[in-house]
Amino acid sequence: MKFYEYKAHEIFRKYGILVPRGVLASKPEDIVDPPLPAAVKAQVLIGGRGKAGGIKFANTVEEAREAARAILGMTIGPYTVKQVYAQEMLDIAQELYLSITIDRSARAPLLMASATGGMEIESVPEKSIFRIHLPPLVGLQPYVLRALAKKLALPKDVASQVSDIARKAFALFEDEDAELVEINPLAVLKDGRVMAGDAKLVVDDNAEYRHPEYAELPQDRTPLEEEAHDKGITFIQLDGDIGVIANGAGLTMATLDVLNLKGGKGGAFLDLGGTDDPEKVKQAFEILLKARPSVILLNIFGGITKADTVATGVKEALEEMNIKVPVVARIKGVNEDRAREILRGIGHPADTMEEAAELAVKVKAGGA
Amino acid sequence: MAVLLDAKTKLLVQGITGHQGQFHTRAMLDYGTKVVAGTSPGKGGTTVEGVPVFDSCFEAVDATGANTSIVFVPAPYAKDAAIEAIEAGIETLVIITERIPFHDCLDIVPYARAKGCRVIGPNCPGLISPGKAKAGIMPSHIFRPGDVGVISRSGTLTYEIVNAITQAGFGQSTCLGIGGDPVIGTSMPEALELLAKDPETKRIVVVGEIGGTTEEETAKRAKRIRKPVFAYVAGRTAPPGKRMGHAGAIISRGMGTAESKIKAFEAAGVPVAAYPVEIAKLLHDND
Repeated sequence: MKFYEYKAHEIFRKYGILVPRGVLASKPEDIVDPPLPAAVKAQVLIGGRGKAGGIKFANTVEEAREAARAILGMTIGPYTVKQVYAQEMLDIAQELYLSITIDRSARAPLLMASATGGMEIESVPEKSIFRIHLPPLVGLQPYVLRALAKKLALPKDVASQVSDIARKAFALFEDEDAELVEINPLAVLKDGRVMAGDAKLVVDDNAEYRHPEYAELPQDRTPLEEEAHDKGITFIQLDGDIGVIANGAGLTMATLDVLNLKGGKGGAFLDLGGTDDPEKVKQAFEILLKARPSVILLNIFGGITKADTVATGVKEALEEMNIKVPVVARIKGVNEDRAREILRGIGHPADTMEEAAELAVKVKAGGA
Repeated sequence: MAVLLDAKTKLLVQGITGHQGQFHTRAMLDYGTKVVAGTSPGKGGTTVEGVPVFDSCFEAVDATGANTSIVFVPAPYAKDAAIEAIEAGIETLVIITERIPFHDCLDIVPYARAKGCRVIGPNCPGLISPGKAKAGIMPSHIFRPGDVGVISRSGTLTYEIVNAITQAGFGQSTCLGIGGDPVIGTSMPEALELLAKDPETKRIVVVGEIGGTTEEETAKRAKRIRKPVFAYVAGRTAPPGKRMGHAGAIISRGMGTAESKIKAFEAAGVPVAAYPVEIAKLLHDND
């Protein structure tokens, strides 16, 4: 789960981390008493909004409203801006960097910090970045913070504020099931305070059930992807025109790869997971059909998935929606012969995924 | 002796009364696995497929001497189930459950390690040593006893590749489905070491996918192993995943893509199959 900037700030604030003051507005008139001078920022879930004109600066309330008027309704990537956040401009003396994320290889949280933050962080030489694993089960201990302050050569009063923020960021990381807590810049202000200049938060989707308050937050999905998500189906839209349905993430990826090697281009793809509930298969198929693929490539390798049930779902979806899209089907699993029988007349059967991919490309070109 | 499973394996099924637990208990029994007990809180005293059900792991281990457990418990209760099994003295814990929050695994995996318990998974198809036993959910009929060790992060893609290996006339010593989650009990390089030490395994097939750097680490390890290793990597054409802020870029430093993984394997002398089915050809050519 990703968060709009204002929402991430709100959560950081809840943990006692100092963030810039700001007001959220969905209409210019909503901006009544903004912190001034202010940066008025489009609230979207993708980067590059500055370049797209989604950030403007204002010295007065009128200017802030003017900026909001210009930004609201703007299109950034696939999104229309519905909200702006007018945020206090900071008087920054130094930009640091701090993050906590998960290091898969070490199977432990990784804390990273740098004395040089801001836009330049990715070009900071590796040896100047402080990296330390936080021991699982026991969490952040004081030695980590001593080492951090030493490596970044922080003066005492800054060090104590940074340590406090790191402790709170770790609490947030744990309690909110975060994959990433990133503060960049971690701003040392001219008045001596240390503040999270920007706050980035990504929360584990699998932990959604522990945070029902996040479930309703908008995500960067297309409407079709949103519909699929609500039905518990993994569906992603790509630019190709051959729709792919497979079961399991690995097999779905492999199917797209094979299709590509055979000269085809995967369009929307859909991972059925372990289901063979015909209703769910039907729903999945309906979503894929809405993406208007020119051919559908179905690749199921069922362990215990019933191939005939999947086939029935496919058939019913096609009939109900009355769309004539050629289907190349390769279904392995329990009752695969019966599946082939059900799909006869509506589909092009194939025995292997390589054969199926080849056939899909051929069918698309009108050669089969 | 096969890896992790052998004649002494006495399997406990946690969540045995659920649909999945019940189904796979039958399948594992049919495969010859000694399934000695199941757990389901509140249903102690009943049986499933002839297997006695207990209220807790402690009771199950006391009564039956179970030493290995397979977990089918739903994600919100999986951490509880795993820790209970570890505390009850289970030595090998296979977690099938998918969608467990990784913060829970950050507790389960290091705790198991501290207690000397080997974890496989979560979100994995489990383990099988063809002809001997399985503690997993994979379709038994695609496997055949042989000398190819298989390690995979994926589920159904593993079946695809195992099927290709079997169709080509080879068989498997042990297949380890290690799972695709960010935090897993046995990593790909660790699984590689297990198979490298196994006398029944003569060659190893590794099935990787994009994300993380485990394939790159496995490639490094493969260089030092005497047995031939072959690889397939899924995700060459996958859309770029969500960017994990700057932190992700700083950690991975360009690794994690299919291209980087394939390059790492090739640099380590590990042939990489372009198509899943091509794994069989690589095995043939290097037979």
